[in-house]
Amino acid sequence: MPNEAEHIVKSYEQELKRLATLLTEMGGMVEHQVADALAAIITKDSNAAGQAVEADPKVDAAEREVEAFVIRLLALRQPMAGDLRQIVGALKITGDLERIGDYAANIAKRSIVLQQFSLPYTLSGLAHMSRLVQENLKNVIDAVGESDTDRALDVWRSDAVIDDIYNALFRELITYMMEDPRNITPCTHLLFIAKNLERIGDHATNIAETLYYAVTGESLLATRPKGDTSAYAVVRPVRD
Amino acid sequence: MSITNDTEGQSARANVGQMEARSSATLNAPRLAIKNVDFYYGANKALKGISLNLPEKQVTGMIGPSGCGKSTLLRVLNRMYDLYPGQRATGEVLLDGQNIIAPGVDLNQLRSRIGMVFQKPTPFPMSIYDNIAFGVKLHEKLTKAQMDERVEWSLSHAALWGEVKDRLSASAMGMSGGQQQRLCIARTIATRPEVILFDEPTSALDPISTLKIEELIDELKHQFTIAIVTHNMQQAARCADQVAFFYLGELVEVSTASQMFTAPREKRTQEYITGRFG
Repeated sequence: MPNEAEHIVKSYEQELKRLATLLTEMGGMVEHQVADALAAIITKDSNAAGQAVEADPKVDAAEREVEAFVIRLLALRQPMAGDLRQIVGALKITGDLERIGDYAANIAKRSIVLQQFSLPYTLSGLAHMSRLVQENLKNVIDAVGESDTDRALDVWRSDAVIDDIYNALFRELITYMMEDPRNITPCTHLLFIAKNLERIGDHATNIAETLYYAVTGESLLATRPKGDTSAYAVVRPVRD
Repeated sequence: MSITNDTEGQSARANVGQMEARSSATLNAPRLAIKNVDFYYGANKALKGISLNLPEKQVTGMIGPSGCGKSTLLRVLNRMYDLYPGQRATGEVLLDGQNIIAPGVDLNQLRSRIGMVFQKPTPFPMSIYDNIAFGVKLHEKLTKAQMDERVEWSLSHAALWGEVKDRLSASAMGMSGGQQQRLCIARTIATRPEVILFDEPTSALDPISTLKIEELIDELKHQFTIAIVTHNMQQAARCADQVAFFYLGELVEVSTASQMFTAPREKRTQEYITGRFG
């Protein structure tokens, strides 16, 4: 990742490239899985939902492969400096990608339930959030492939916008539930979907932080742009 | 009904420009200060303007490819080069404010203050006891009881006492390589030096003996200031508090060990420690 010169030991160099390839392939799988899950919600595509759920075991297998490869590299090569950061970074990134895959599968499962309901409102807010999350995910996966810290920083900064949309959605969905109890089931699923999307955004941010450290050796400040305030929301009935 | 947030200030945004300070273990005040030292083998300049502090009661690791000057620097620190004509050092090496590479320094006394352990164990062809007592007798007049005590102290601090206490009069030449190296360490600390220099002390030893020496260095640093030259990068990472990287007679980078092996500042250091040297 961060090194220009070739390693003296060719097999080690090849192993580092293989690790980068494994990670990029896993990133591609997860990106596709998230796209399917979101298509299942936004365009009510039940095929896409099925594909997103079926992809999950493959993503889990990819994580195990990266983990095993990392453990092997640590044991055999005893990496130092940039190599060490790249290898440990890969271990963290693969964990984040696996979690993103889990959230995507969960979104896809909920989309199947949601299809039973006719929603009296548009999903434009959720669609907007989906686009932003997908964009961030794509950017961060590309950044990993190219060791691009500028792009990683862009992702890191833009997560706050996703959090803002999530907060707005949270309020909107609770409002629908308060208006009509028949909305409770679909809106609860939509709330979880929005929360899953928000968490995907957070994991993309984690990946950006890990990549930044792996490439530069510097840690981004611990205080990252977090904006999810729904944990503090309180619903109060207004008395006439 | 209303939905409110019951906390304020959740909109704080991080400043990307602020980076976490590099992690740095604290280094003690210098015990030995090397200032702008040049060294010549005849006309060949082997060290170029080296400035480096050895922090008190801590371990300084010196790494770099063969011929980079790290062993030469150790030879400067206890004036080993004085034994060879045509070799000379300029600059200052300050121990308690005294420049120990200036003319007129008592070399015997200096070498009792700055001890050295070499790559290959070099026991004297005499008994284990006499190996320790020999150096002490040159500097101190001790009674038999005091000498016995010193020998036991030295062997204990070199983690060897338990293995040899019943055969102190046996020849040191019959010991294993790892034991011989620990005997040499015992011999070095017997004169109660302030600084100990290790020149690749484990390169001739098996892995278990190596770990014993590393454990020993970890113990010894509570009492002595230590410099260790090693080709084993993991050993430097494990043993050293501070690491200096030398290349072609220059000091390229000096950092805490954690900094050096996770995020070195210099490209040449990064390339060397990751095995990318062209």
